[in-house]
Amino acid sequence: MKYYDKLIFELSREGRCGFSLPQNRYPAAPELPAAVKRSSALNLPEVSEPDVVRHYTNLSQMNFGVDTGFYPLGSCTMKYNPKINEEISSLPGFASQHPLVEDALVPGVRKVYEKMNEALGAITGMHAFTFAPCAGAHGELTGLMIMRQYHMSRGDMARTKVIVPDSAHGTNPASAAVCGLQVVQVKSLENGRIDVEALKPLLGPDIAGIMMTNPNTLGLFETQIKEIASLVHGAGGLLYYDGANMNPLMGVVRPGDMGFDIMHLNLHKTFSTPHGGGGPGSGPVGVAKHLEGCLKQLRVSGFHGNFGVILKAYAYILSLGKDHLKKVGQYSVLGANYIKECLKDVYKLPIEGVCKHEFVFDGLINDGAREGVPGATTLDVAKRLLDYGFHAPTIYFPLLFHQALMIEPTETESKDTLDAFIEVMRKIAAEAAEDPNILHEAPHNTPISRPDETAAARNPILKFQDTL
Amino acid sequence: MARLPYLPQTQTDVEAMLRRIGVKSLEDLYSDVPAEFLHKGAYALPDAMSEQEIRDCFAALAAMNASLKVFVGQGAYDHYTPSVIPYLCSRSEFLTAYTPYQCEISQGTLRYIFEYQSLLCELTGLDVCNASMYDGPTAAAEAMMMAVASARKKTRVLVSATLLPQVLEVVKTYAKFHGVELGMLKADNGQTSLKALQEELASGDVAGVLVPSVNRYGIVEDHSGFADAIHAQKSLLLEYCDPSALAVVKTPGEWDADVAVGEGQSLGLPLSYGGPYVGFMTVKKEHMRKMPGRIVGQTVDGEGRRSFVLTLQAREQHIKREKATSNICSNESLMALWVTIYLSLMGPEGLREVNMMSTDGAHYLKAELLKTGKFEDVYPHKPFLKEFVLKPVAESPAALHERLEKAGFFAAWPLEEGLVSFCVTEKRTKEETDALVCAIKEG
Repeated sequence: MKYYDKLIFELSREGRCGFSLPQNRYPAAPELPAAVKRSSALNLPEVSEPDVVRHYTNLSQMNFGVDTGFYPLGSCTMKYNPKINEEISSLPGFASQHPLVEDALVPGVRKVYEKMNEALGAITGMHAFTFAPCAGAHGELTGLMIMRQYHMSRGDMARTKVIVPDSAHGTNPASAAVCGLQVVQVKSLENGRIDVEALKPLLGPDIAGIMMTNPNTLGLFETQIKEIASLVHGAGGLLYYDGANMNPLMGVVRPGDMGFDIMHLNLHKTFSTPHGGGGPGSGPVGVAKHLEGCLKQLRVSGFHGNFGVILKAYAYILSLGKDHLKKVGQYSVLGANYIKECLKDVYKLPIEGVCKHEFVFDGLINDGAREGVPGATTLDVAKRLLDYGFHAPTIYFPLLFHQALMIEPTETESKDTLDAFIEVMRKIAAEAAEDPNILHEAPHNTPISRPDETAAARNPILKFQDTL
Repeated sequence: MARLPYLPQTQTDVEAMLRRIGVKSLEDLYSDVPAEFLHKGAYALPDAMSEQEIRDCFAALAAMNASLKVFVGQGAYDHYTPSVIPYLCSRSEFLTAYTPYQCEISQGTLRYIFEYQSLLCELTGLDVCNASMYDGPTAAAEAMMMAVASARKKTRVLVSATLLPQVLEVVKTYAKFHGVELGMLKADNGQTSLKALQEELASGDVAGVLVPSVNRYGIVEDHSGFADAIHAQKSLLLEYCDPSALAVVKTPGEWDADVAVGEGQSLGLPLSYGGPYVGFMTVKKEHMRKMPGRIVGQTVDGEGRRSFVLTLQAREQHIKREKATSNICSNESLMALWVTIYLSLMGPEGLREVNMMSTDGAHYLKAELLKTGKFEDVYPHKPFLKEFVLKPVAESPAALHERLEKAGFFAAWPLEEGLVSFCVTEKRTKEETDALVCAIKEG
């Protein structure tokens, strides 16, 4: 990757253009009245097509994607994105459809939704899905709306609180707050699982339900899920499943069978659609049979959700079929456990035992701290990994550990790649022990070195030629 | 059975890894899962398909769908997409990246988001833009929540009846659960009524007012006096916009709005049955710290080189958790890139020409339709661009719409008031427009 410093505005030259339009054969319409007409200048760049192509190609070369290299970003499931799926989503028979066209005119489109509903039902054990949510957090919000709608529809207006474990994804409590629910936190045990004894006194007539991810954000299966489900249901609450960690359960365990009433899936994680540098995602929400009515009442996005993403996920499911589904789950777990076992003598493993698709280290065992030289932190390890051509794991999350390094390899990485990563992680540990400054100053080989984030926040420059 | 080419594990690899872990089989990796939850038997899924079978399957599904000439907008516009855009957006360095958490290897994403923010600020005439939202309607809902969060004790938000139905419905859904009371602002002669606004504001409990710049009837609304009335009550003016039209219509900045939101699809995104699209939000700088979503800012690296980072993160869900006023995490980054490249290619002239051709086409179509004697012009003196409404007098809106579908046109979208909506973009040739008029005459 090499540093490239232009912004598109800096390539602009008056009179250049990058478009061609057909000749206008319509008679001229009257001018807009001055009262509603734009009077300010329109300073968009004036650039040619080759300028644009070269500029964005140069920008792309400062980016790291799954196609560039290993991306062990915990809780993000950065698996390979199949290329045939991109081709399918751009077929004109799909891409040119107006969202208001009646169902009867687009039977091929409707069939994709219908088949996806069946397939996701089979994979998760849920009864019906809505495809309107555009991302995971959007799915969480929709799922919580369904939860509240269910209680309200029964005249049970007192259920205004939702239980969220302290290890939960940050979106969980935020989604609850946006949905008008008060968050009650339940703590984790030393072994990383929900403390069932601490849960019991929280349950009561004011509890709408609990939000869980299983395996949880430590990559650990919540072994007491049966008891948790029975306690929450017994208290009149519902169980919400955050599908961000669904990958290890593919073909092995179904959330519906564990007692979950509502769940979302991240099609951009578990179902291989590319994350696009932060979206578009798709967060379909599934419900058990008794909640189907509530599912249909909610409009949470403009039209039918991110259809283009749903198409890609359906193509992926067809490539898996019933034959390969289980391998996705099993190999994702195999890879995570393999890395964990190969590194736990140099990185602190806070909780022993088999993990699922991901696991969390709590920093280096020997961070190299000495007189006058602070030890290497998780941030330092992450930055040093970039020098060796790997993306960093998720860092400082979950919040249960101070130096959390959350590693998720996914099933599409070979043993060779995992071995190369392990070797580099060991090398970094050795470097830290020898001289932590190498890590403090990393990265050394990337287009930029560590930027001044404090200055960015203190003196925000948020657009071209900003002088805020 | 078709193979799955996405899994690189060989039998030897699997065995070696199991040995290293210290378990005997893949099943043993699930020894912590209670046996009753391990799925038994086959999943109810089809057999695995090869790439060729998948391609054939989707080609057949795509071919089942009608191919109609689109003369409807209503929040999704059939503008032309230059080839350069999908070409560049499919570069896997953009496509297969996650959110730019590691900025040293994400300068590509961060730079185009910074450009996107700059372009949307320029179009809307406001100061600060976030890295994008899901779509227009959800961006409107976020603006509503932001107004309520800024106003503290005021919990009422006014929404104009002239907003697109999908915007009103999504805003209503969010309002219901977020505890926001919505007040509907009546229309007067096809545009949001200033008188109704003044009456509603008098109660003093209004946190924000959401009005469309170009409304569901295609009318370019005159918001003279709106900002003064709203700001006098210390509430926020929230403008819902079609960003393509902002090249020619008065901007939210010019109306002295506090927040602009809208649907970015009109900036060259394919219709794609409603998604993925991209919502946008820009605000005046005093509201910067209340804004939802990610924001990219400029700074320098250790060597003083211009660099870009995610900034002002104290506003975001992963820091604020249950104190957050928005839960947005993923946005529509790739679609923001799409919009950025579109605006770069079009430039000021291209965007004006797209508006001019679409507007000329729509005015031509309206005039030709009125000549048929089959329509009544309900808003004869209101300014419009690419979209307009008429009242059919010879047949019902639904009957007209269905008749045109059979003739190969997606046109005359029925609105509940007995009106039909038409839209013409630069993609519609005069021949196609004339053919539509012919089809309507013949009925």
